[in-house]
Amino acid sequence: MTATTSTASDTVTKPEEVTLTIDGVEVSVPKGTLVIRAAEQIGVQIPRFCDHPLLKPAGACRQCLVEVAAPDREGNVRPMPKPQASCTLEVMPGMQVSTQHSSEVAEKAQRGQIEFLLINHPLDCPVCDKGGECPLQNQALSNGSGTSRFTGIKRTFPKPIKISTQVLLDRDRCILCQRCTRFSDEIAGDPFIDLQGRGGGTPGSDEHGLPAQQIGRFDEAILGFAGGEQAPDGDTVGPGGEPSLAAGTGESTPTLGEAALDASGRPFASYFSGNTIQICPVGALTSAAYRFRSRPFDLVSSPSIAEHDACGSAIRIDHRRDVVLRRLAGDDPAVNEEWITDKDRFAHPWQSAPDRLTSPLVRDEESGELVPTSWSEAVHLAAQALTGAHGRVGVLPGGRLTVEDAYAWSKFARVVLGTNDIDFRARAHSAEEADFLAHRVAGSTMDVTFGDLERAGEVLLVGLEPEEEAGTIFLRLRKGVLAGGVHVSSIAPLTTRGASKMRADVLHTVPGAEAVVLTGLAEGATEAGGVELGDLAERLRGGVILAGERLATVPGGFTALQRLAEASGARVAWVPRRAGDRGAVEVGLLPGLLPGARPVSDAQARVDVAAAWGVESLPDTPGRDLTAMLEAARDGDLGALLVGGVHLDDLPDPALAEAALAAVGTVVQLEVRRSAVTEHADVVLPVAPPTHKAGTFLTWEGRPRAFAAVFDDASLSDGRVLDMIARAADVDLGARSLDGLYAELAEFSGWDGERAGAPQVSPGSGHEPGSMAPGTAVLATWRLQLDSARGQDGEPHLAGTQRRPVAHLSAATAAEVGVAEGQTLRVGGPAGSIDLPASIVAMPDRVVWLPQHSPGSSVHRMLGTAAPGVVDLSVPTSEVQR
Amino acid sequence: MSTLAPVLSDLWDAPQSWKLDTYVSRNGYDGLRKAMETDPAELITMVKDSGLRGRGGAGFPTGLKWSFLPKPDGGPRYLVVNADESEPGTCKDIPLMMANPHSLIEGVAITSVAIGCHHAFIYLRGEVVHVYRRLLAAVREAKEAGYLGSDVLGTGYDLEVTVHAGAGAYICGEETALLDSLEGRRGQPRLKPPFPAVAGLYARPTVVNNVESIASVPGIVSRGADWFASMGTEKSKGHGLFSLSGHVARPGQYEAPLGITFRELLDMAGGVRDGHELKFWTPGGSSTPILTAEHLDVVLDYESVGAAGSMLATRALQVFDETTSVVRCVSRWIDFYQHESCGKCTPCREGTFWLKQILQRLEAGEGSESDIDLLLDVAGNIEGRSFCALGDAAATPVKSAIKYFRDEFEQGLHTPAWELFPYEANAAFTGVSS
Repeated sequence: MTATTSTASDTVTKPEEVTLTIDGVEVSVPKGTLVIRAAEQIGVQIPRFCDHPLLKPAGACRQCLVEVAAPDREGNVRPMPKPQASCTLEVMPGMQVSTQHSSEVAEKAQRGQIEFLLINHPLDCPVCDKGGECPLQNQALSNGSGTSRFTGIKRTFPKPIKISTQVLLDRDRCILCQRCTRFSDEIAGDPFIDLQGRGGGTPGSDEHGLPAQQIGRFDEAILGFAGGEQAPDGDTVGPGGEPSLAAGTGESTPTLGEAALDASGRPFASYFSGNTIQICPVGALTSAAYRFRSRPFDLVSSPSIAEHDACGSAIRIDHRRDVVLRRLAGDDPAVNEEWITDKDRFAHPWQSAPDRLTSPLVRDEESGELVPTSWSEAVHLAAQALTGAHGRVGVLPGGRLTVEDAYAWSKFARVVLGTNDIDFRARAHSAEEADFLAHRVAGSTMDVTFGDLERAGEVLLVGLEPEEEAGTIFLRLRKGVLAGGVHVSSIAPLTTRGASKMRADVLHTVPGAEAVVLTGLAEGATEAGGVELGDLAERLRGGVILAGERLATVPGGFTALQRLAEASGARVAWVPRRAGDRGAVEVGLLPGLLPGARPVSDAQARVDVAAAWGVESLPDTPGRDLTAMLEAARDGDLGALLVGGVHLDDLPDPALAEAALAAVGTVVQLEVRRSAVTEHADVVLPVAPPTHKAGTFLTWEGRPRAFAAVFDDASLSDGRVLDMIARAADVDLGARSLDGLYAELAEFSGWDGERAGAPQVSPGSGHEPGSMAPGTAVLATWRLQLDSARGQDGEPHLAGTQRRPVAHLSAATAAEVGVAEGQTLRVGGPAGSIDLPASIVAMPDRVVWLPQHSPGSSVHRMLGTAAPGVVDLSVPTSEVQR
Repeated sequence: MSTLAPVLSDLWDAPQSWKLDTYVSRNGYDGLRKAMETDPAELITMVKDSGLRGRGGAGFPTGLKWSFLPKPDGGPRYLVVNADESEPGTCKDIPLMMANPHSLIEGVAITSVAIGCHHAFIYLRGEVVHVYRRLLAAVREAKEAGYLGSDVLGTGYDLEVTVHAGAGAYICGEETALLDSLEGRRGQPRLKPPFPAVAGLYARPTVVNNVESIASVPGIVSRGADWFASMGTEKSKGHGLFSLSGHVARPGQYEAPLGITFRELLDMAGGVRDGHELKFWTPGGSSTPILTAEHLDVVLDYESVGAAGSMLATRALQVFDETTSVVRCVSRWIDFYQHESCGKCTPCREGTFWLKQILQRLEAGEGSESDIDLLLDVAGNIEGRSFCALGDAAATPVKSAIKYFRDEFEQGLHTPAWELFPYEANAAFTGVSS
C-alpha cells in the first residue's frame, strides 16, 4: 500500500496533538488526522479502497467502516448511531474507535461492503493483471467471506475500452472507488476520465437508456447516445476475441481542432495517465504495454531513479529474467510523492532496443565499415587515437551521465587528454550560461527543493514549461497552487495547457526579450518590453525563480536573472532537462569549470584539483564550448572528438555537427545504442544503460539520487570504459570502482576560494516584431514531454498519447499570412521548412511556436535555425488550392 | 378532534389562484412588507419561536438552521429552495407550487432578507415542466410588481430569484447533491463537513429549505409566531399538508395541524375505498417504515410517529388495502431506489442491485428458503452504511414489510404474488367492477 506519513518532513511548528483510543490502545496524532491514518500509527490496518493518502477523502467505497464513540459537549462519551467511514472522519480528543478487531458491528459492516463489491466483480483473477497484487483480492481474503451468497446476474460490459492508446479500461472490474478520476482532477488537472451514468444499472438491459455508473471519456458510442458508432480497435482484444472499443473517437472529436488531439486522434488526455493504473485498487485500468505480460509474483522489483528528466523521480523497475516488464512510481515524499510522468513510467524499452550496442566496433580500414572487435583492440585503438591528438581532442560527454561517470569524463579530459575542451551541453548554449552555472549553480545544493515550491509564495518561471520539461515540478507547483501556498508567473510567448492548470499568470513575451522583462522586474518596473508586470516584482521578494536551460538562447538572460535574484532576494534554481545535467555542472563538464565549483582560471583551484588527481598540473586555459569545438573540428583545429550520449538533432546546428564529425581525424564514441554519431565513429565503445549500472543522478535541486544496477552483466559504465582507455595510455583514472570514485568526489566538496564571476552580458533588446517584414516571425520552440526523443523509442502505445504537433501563432499573424485555424502553415528557415496545422492562440504577433523535436517538426535539423531566430511563414501552394 | 387548517391551501379554490392579483387580494405579500421593516435577526427569532420544522422530511428547526450561517463577510450568501420533490408517494410541493406559487416566492423573499441573501434559487425537479412554467411566470409577475429584482418594494434591497429545472434525479433532492447539480456538476452528495451553512452553493454560506417550509414563512411573519405555534403539538408546531393517496375514497391534499391522527384524516378522505379495508400505509412516503391498521390512532407529529417505529417525513400517506401484495409493493419501491441510486457509494449501488433481484424472484414465487433472511441482511448492510440517507431509505421498506408481513414473503418461495393478489383487483383507478 501507500505511504501514510505527511510529506512535510521539515515542518517547523509542531501541530497540536490529539489523543484518542483505537481498539483500546491510546494514540496521539496531529490534529486533523483521519481515523484511518491514526489507526495505521498503532499498526491497525483498516481495509479501504477509495482512500488514498494523497487524494482528498471521498467516503465512497464504505469499506473502512468502524464504530466510534466520542465525547459530547458535556464530556460524556456517546456512541455514534451508525458505523463511520474512518477515511473521512477526523480524530477528536477522547474519541474511542473500535475497528474490525474489536467491534462486531465494524467487522460485519466491512464484511458486508466487500460482499457488495464482489457481487458485480468478475472472478477473472487468474487472468487479471492485478491478480496477486490486488487490494480487492487481498482484502476479500483478509476481511471477506469465503463464499458468495449472490446467485443473480452480474453487470457486464463490452471490454476492454481503449481510453488512450496506452490505458485500457475493463469496466466490469471497476469498483467505482474514483481514485483515478480524483487523481485526474486533483493532481494532474486533466479532463482525462470521469464518472458517467448512474447507479448499478440493470443486468441484461439498460432501462430508460440509462447506463450504469462507470468510468469513461463521454464517448457517445460507448454510452449508446445518438451520434456515436462504436469504433472497434483490433490492436487489443477482449476475452472472447472481440476487438476492444476505442474511446474518445466520437463524432464531436474532430471539432476540437488539431491542437487538442493526441497522436492517435483522441482528445489529448494526460501526461500522467499511468498513475491511474497504479492506484487502481482492482484490475480495471491496465496498460497496453503490460497487459497480460506477466504475473506480479513472477517479477523481481528493484528500486531505481527515472532517467528521463532532471527531477530524479523514484521508480520501481519490475523485471523477469533480465527483461524489464514495467516501471511504477516509487514512493518518495520529498521528491515525486507517489506520482511519475508517463514518460518515466512507460519509456523504458529504449534501454534494450534492438540497436543497442553489444560489442565494441572499429572502422575497417579497407571496407570503411564498422566491424565488431575485441575490447582490448578497441580500447587500444581509442587510446592510441586520443593520446595521439593530446591537447587537440574535443570532449562531448552529453547530459545523461551519472555523477560518477561524469566525473570520470571530467578527469579523463584533463588528465589523459590534457584539455579543457569539454562541454556536457548537447543543446543550445551560451558562454553567458556557462558563467552563470559556474557562478551560481555549481556547488550550491538544495537551495530550493520540491517541498519549497509548494510554499514559495511566488514562483517565476522563465524558459521553462514544467509540464513538458519537468513533470514532477509541474505536479508540485499545481499542488501548491491549489493549496494556496504559491502563485505561479511565467515568462513565455503563450499560455500553455500546463500554465493554465497551474493558474499561472503568463507574461506573453517575444522570444529573446526575456532578458528585458527580467531586467524590468529587477528594476521594480510595472512594464518592460511591452509586457505588463503588475506588482510581480514586489511579490517575488522571498519567492523563487526557476530558470530553464532554454534561457541560454537569450543574450543577457542569465545576467538579468542574476540581477533580479539580487534585487528581489528570490532564490534561484536552474532546471535543466536531462538527468545528468545538474551533476555535470558539479563535476566540471564545462570548459571553464573543474569539479566542485573550482574555476579553471583560478590557479589555486587548479593546484587543488591537480593534487587530488596526483598530477603535476592541469591545462590552464579555459576550453571551447560545444559549438566552438564543432567549429574547430570542422576547420581542422581539433584532431579527435570523444563523444558520449549526444544526439545530433538536439544540437543547435546539426549540420555543423555532421560536418565536424565528417572532417575530424578520429571520432571515438561511448554509447548505449547506435546513433547518427556512430556513422562517423572510428571506434565505438558500448556503455551500459541505467538498468545495467549503479550510479547517482543529481536532481535540479542538487539532491543526490543514487540507484543500484538492476541487471548484473558484462556491460560497462562510462567510467569503467574511460578507465580502460586511460590505462592503455598509462594513466590510472581510478574509475574502476564506484567506491574509488566516491572517495575522490568527496574531496571536492567545499571550495572556499573565489567563485567564478557572475555573467556580464547586457540584455539584448531581441527582435522587434513590429518592424519585421510581414510573413516573418520570431521562432519560439521547446521540447514536448512526449516527442521523437530516442529515449521513447520502442513504445508505440506511449507514442500514441503524444500531443499532435501544431504551429501556434496569433490571430493577427495568421491573418497576415493568410492561414486559417487547422490549415497547414509552412515555417521556413535556412535549411528547409516545416509544415504543420496552424493553431491560433493568444500570443505576441509575428511569433510562431513549433514543437522542437516532434514527428514532422525537428526544428534544428529541418529549419537550420534555433529560437529565437527569425523564420518565414507561408501557406503551401497545395493548401491554397484546397 | 382536529379539523383542517387550510393556510397554504386556503387559496387553492380561488379562480386563477396562481395569479399575483389573487394572492395579493388575500393579503399576499403583507408578510414581505412587514419583513422589510423588521430587523433580520428578529425575523430569524420569529421563525425560531414559531417552532417551524423543516417540511422536507427531516424536521430540523428552520429558524435554527438559518442561525447557523456564519457572520456576514461581505461575500454572497444563498438561499436554495429544494423543490426536487421525487419521493414515491410525496406530492405536496408540486400542487402547492402549481396552485399558490406566490406563497413560495414571498417566503423566498422574506427568508432572503432574514439571512442576507441577494440571489435565491429554486431547484425544481426537471420532469414537471408545467410547474416550471408556472414558477417562471410567477417570478416574472413578482418582479414586475417590485416584490423581487432590484430595489424590492423601494427599500433598496436587491433580490434575484432563479428557477432552475433539474434533469430528473432523485439524488438531487439530497441537499448537497442538489447544490452540486445546481453548480452544473454531477449530482452526487458531498462529504460533510463542511455543511452548506458554511460552504454550500459555490462554497458560500447557503440555506437549503423545502418548498413548504419556505412557503410557511409569510404566514408566520404576517400573523405572528404565536399564531403558528398555536397549531400542532408541543414539539411539532404549525400546519402541514397531508397527502393521501392510494386506496382511499377521496385522495388529495389535506392541510391540517400537525398532531392530527391518520384515522381522522382517513375519515375526512372518505375512508378506504368501498368494500375494502386498510392493510398498511406509509406515514411519509416510501422511505418511511410502513405502518398497519393497528397504528390508525398514531398522532401524526414527529415524535409520535417516531415512537411508533416510523417517521413523519413528508406526510405522504399512501394507503394500501387488502388487495395489495406487500412483496410486489416493496419490489416496485426497490426498483425505484435501484434506478435512482446515484452510484457513489457501494452499499446503495450494489445493495439495491441485489435487493432488486431477490425481490423479483420472491414476487415470481421463485424465492429460495434463505432469501428472506438474505433480504434482511442485505438491507442491514445498506442501512447506516451508505454515504447519504438514500441508502437507508431503500432498506427501510424491506425491513418494515418483513416485520409485519413475513408470511407473505414466505409465500414467495412457491407462489407468485400475482396469483395471491391479482393485480387487477388491486388497481385503484380501474373502476369498481374489478
